[in-house]
Amino acid sequence: MDGSTIIFYLLAALTLVCGVLSVSTRQIFRAAIYLLFSLIGIAGLYFWLQYEFIAAVQIVVYVGGIVVLIIFSIFLTQKAGEKLPKQKLDRKIIAALAVFCGFALTMVQVFQHEFTTADKVAAPTVADIGKKMLSTDNGGYALPFEVISMLLLAAMIGCIVIALRSKPETK
Amino acid sequence: MTAPGLYHLLVISAALFFIGIYGFLTRRNLITMLMSIELILNSVNLNFIAFNKYLWPGKMDGLFFTVFIIAIAAAEAAVAIAIIINLYRSHQSIDVENAEDLKY
Repeated sequence: MDGSTIIFYLLAALTLVCGVLSVSTRQIFRAAIYLLFSLIGIAGLYFWLQYEFIAAVQIVVYVGGIVVLIIFSIFLTQKAGEKLPKQKLDRKIIAALAVFCGFALTMVQVFQHEFTTADKVAAPTVADIGKKMLSTDNGGYALPFEVISMLLLAAMIGCIVIALRSKPETK
Repeated sequence: MTAPGLYHLLVISAALFFIGIYGFLTRRNLITMLMSIELILNSVNLNFIAFNKYLWPGKMDGLFFTVFIIAIAAAEAAVAIAIIINLYRSHQSIDVENAEDLKY
């Protein structure tokens, strides 16, 4: 067992353990921090797969953006030090049962299927990604890129409109 | 422990997906439900990257799907948090049980 394998298993354990803690802890702020470490573990897995660009995007957008946004909204909406109410036991059991059945079904399907893995090719560089993303040729991603930028603009305006404090009626 | 390959990544991704589903089914607080959704989206991203790496390493489609999913997840989180904060202002609570008069 070499170093790469050990790092892989460490990253996988970090991701899954922090994921479980994130959905099971009763303190909402800790849930956000566990989510942060789970996302960092996934970014580490991307690094392990040598997709450095995706790992960087993951860290910038998720760890730097979404988790910070979630933490801010926790501060705005929760009282400090207050635990979440206890869940009903039957709901927990039913959810765990459904999740276990789904997981088992997925695993059976995955291991029954024989994937034909391709030969190793060098991972795409950032220059390749940039060229493909803005190419208008067949198979280029210029149109989805533009659609995503419009979507982000619309989401930004929508957020401002929704979160705007409506003025009290002055008549 | 064998050398990690495609199946290991698929197992991790499926486990993370169902952890997210469990959180979504049991939590009753809107922010924690949003966190579960983030976990689910991340597991999907990991799956795309794993398939791209091991099955079609010469192509970049899985990679682009991942980039676009991350962008959409960011937009979705921002809109969801704006709605949550607005709901908190009007109801002083972000429990889904209290949000049911959105229907009327």
